[in-house]
Amino acid sequence: MKATSRAFKSNARRALGDPQLQRAMTNLRSGFAARRAVAVSQLPEWEALREAAVAIKRHTLAHLDFYLEAFERRVVERGGAVHWCRDAAEANATVLAICRRLGARTVTKGKSMIGEEMGLNDYLEANGVAPVETDLGEYIIQIRHEPPSHIIAPAVHLVKEQIAQSFRETHRDLDPARQLKDARQMCDEARAVLRPRFLAADVGITGANFLVAETGSSIIVTNEGNGDLTQTLPKAHVVLASLEKVVPTLEDATTILRLLARSATGQEFSTYTTVSTGPRRPDDADGPGEYHVVLLDNGRSALLGGEFEDMLRCIRCAACLNHCPVYQAIGGQSYGWVYPGPMGAVLTPSLIGIEEAGHLPNASTFCGRCEEVCPMKIPLPKMMRHWREREFQRHLPPRPYRLGLAVWAFFARRPALYRPAADLAARLLGALGRARGRFRALPLAAGWTRTRDLPAPEGRSFMSLWAARRAARPAP
Amino acid sequence: MSDSRAPILDAIRRSLRRGALPAEEAAACEARLANHARNPVPARATSLPPRERIALFVRMAEAVNATLTRVKRPEDVPAAVADYLAQFNLPPRLVRAPDPALDALPWSARPLLETRRGVAERTDLVGVTGCFAAVAETGTLMLHSGAAGPTRNNFLPDTHIAVVRAGQVVATYEDGWDRLREAHRGDGFAMPRTVNFITGPSRTADIEQKIELGAHGPRRLHIVLIDDGEAA
Repeated sequence: MKATSRAFKSNARRALGDPQLQRAMTNLRSGFAARRAVAVSQLPEWEALREAAVAIKRHTLAHLDFYLEAFERRVVERGGAVHWCRDAAEANATVLAICRRLGARTVTKGKSMIGEEMGLNDYLEANGVAPVETDLGEYIIQIRHEPPSHIIAPAVHLVKEQIAQSFRETHRDLDPARQLKDARQMCDEARAVLRPRFLAADVGITGANFLVAETGSSIIVTNEGNGDLTQTLPKAHVVLASLEKVVPTLEDATTILRLLARSATGQEFSTYTTVSTGPRRPDDADGPGEYHVVLLDNGRSALLGGEFEDMLRCIRCAACLNHCPVYQAIGGQSYGWVYPGPMGAVLTPSLIGIEEAGHLPNASTFCGRCEEVCPMKIPLPKMMRHWREREFQRHLPPRPYRLGLAVWAFFARRPALYRPAADLAARLLGALGRARGRFRALPLAAGWTRTRDLPAPEGRSFMSLWAARRAARPAP
Repeated sequence: MSDSRAPILDAIRRSLRRGALPAEEAAACEARLANHARNPVPARATSLPPRERIALFVRMAEAVNATLTRVKRPEDVPAAVADYLAQFNLPPRLVRAPDPALDALPWSARPLLETRRGVAERTDLVGVTGCFAAVAETGTLMLHSGAAGPTRNNFLPDTHIAVVRAGQVVATYEDGWDRLREAHRGDGFAMPRTVNFITGPSRTADIEQKIELGAHGPRRLHIVLIDDGEAA
C-alpha cells in the first residue's frame, strides 16, 4: 500500500472538517470502548491472563526461528506449504503464482491487514485476477476504492447514507427504487450479492490471528462467517501471515484468544474462531484441496532484539485505536498507511521508515490510555518517545522546532539557570496576561495558538512557590 | 521466485544475536510443544459442578443470541427440530450432516419433516449438525471437519441447528482440546482440517457500530440439548 503519512497534518485537518466522519467517529466510544469495559469487568482473571499472554509472546519471540521451523514442519506433514517472503513484492508474486497455477479468475478474501500491507488487491487486479473482499466493512471500502480506517472495523469512518450511496452505484442490477435506509437492509443486500461470489471463487485468501507451531495450524477469528466461507469453498486456501503471529501451542493461542475479542469488540469470544490445518483429508466431506501459508517478514525480523521488539506482541485488537483521543478525532485514514492509532504510530515508522512516518509518533497527547488498555501490555507511549528521539537525532524535524528544543534543552540541563529563567518567564507572562487571563497569540507559536488559547500563568513558577512554602513552614 | 527461508531465519538470528538455538534450549522448546501445558484458566466454569456447568453453557449461549431447547432423550430431537422450524415459520426441509449420531435419530417419525443427508448446497435453508464439544465458559460450540462433518454445513444454511449431548458440555476450550487429542490419539495427534468454535449466530457491526445478526453465516443458531442426566 502506498503511504501518504507525510501528509498527516493536512489529512488530519481535512478529517476534522468532515462532518460525516465526525458523526461516524462518535459511534466508537459508545460501541467498542464501552463494551470492552463491561467485558473486562466480567473476568476477574484479566490481569493474570495479560501477564500469561505477555510471557507467551516473549518466549516465542526469543525462540522465533525455532517455532517458525516447527510450524513449517507440521504444515508440511499435513500436506500444506509454507512460503517464506522477505517483502511485499515476494509475497504478492507467491500469491499470484498459486492463482495462475490453479487458473483462478476470482479470489475471495477475508479481511487481512497483511494483505493491505502487501497491496495485494491492486496487484492481483493488475494481473488479471479479481479479488472480492467479503468482510462487510472491507467490502464497503473496496467498492469505494478507499483504504481501511480501522484495523478491525475498516468502514468505521462512514455513515450509513454514504454506504447506501455506494451500494446503489455498485449494485446496478438491483431495483433502483429499493429501500436502503438502515444497516439491516444493507447487510442483507451485501449477503445476497456476495453469496454467489463465495461459491464461484477459485482461491480463498484469509489472514491469520495466530499460527500454532504445535499443530501447523492457522487461526482466524471473525464475527460474520465470511472467513469460513472464504476458506472452505474454493480449491485452495491461502493464508497471509507475518512472522510474529506464531505461538507454541493450542493452549497458548487459547489464552491470548481470551484477551482478543474482549479487547477488540467487548465480546466474550468472537462468533467464529476457526483453526485450519492443511488441506482437506482423503475422507473429508468438503474443504480446500490446497493449503498455503505466505509467511511475510517485511521488516519484522529487524525489530527483534531492539527497542521496538515489544511491538511484535501486538495482536491487532484495536483497543489502542478505540481509546485514543487523537484517533477518535481524526479517524484512521489520516495516518496514511495500513496501521492507524497508537499501534500504527509505533509500527508504521518501523516498517516504512521514520522519514515517511515521522508525524505519526508525534500525533499523541501521551495520555497513556493505549498502554493501559493494551492486552499485551505494549508500552506504546514509551516507543513513540523512542521514535521522536530518533527523528530528532536524524535532524528530521523542521529547523525552528529543533532550535526551540535546543534552547529549552540548554536550560533544562542547567537547573541553576532553568529555575530563575522559568520564574522570570512565569512572572512576565503573568503580568502580560493579567487583563485577559489568557493569550490568544504568542510569538513563534502561531501554530499552537491557532486553535486554542494559552492560559496565563499565575505569576510564580512551581519551584519558587514550593521553595517559599518550605521556607514558611519549619521542618518537623 | 527466490527462496527466502534461509535469509529470513538468518535475519532473525542476527537480531537475536545468536546462531541456531543451542540443543538444550531447542529440547526445552520441543518439550513445551509436546506437553502443551495449560496457562492460567478463568475459574468461571472450572469451579462449577457438572449440572451448573450445563446451566452456565445455556446462559452464555443465550446471551449471544443462540436459542436453545432441552429434550430428555435422543429420540425427542426430530420433534424439537420440527417444532422450532414451525415456531419461526421456517420450511420443514433440512440438510443433515452425514453424522452417524444424527443418523441414529428417528427422523422418519416426523413425516412432514423433509430431511436430506449430506453436504449443504446453496439452496439449503436449514442445516442440522452434531457437535464435538460445547464450552460452558462462553456458550461456544466446538465442531470439526471430517467424513461426518462437512464444514460448509455450519455456514451456508440460514438456520443452523446443532444437536448437543449433556455429556459433551465441558468447562473450557482447553478441555475441548484435550478431548480432541484423546479422540485422535493413535499414530500421533493430527488436527482435523478445520476446527470451528461457534459462539452464537453470525453478526456484524460494520455499519455505524450497530449489531446486526446474519452477516454471511447463519442468521439463527438453535441448539437442541439432549439433557439425559449424563454430564461430562
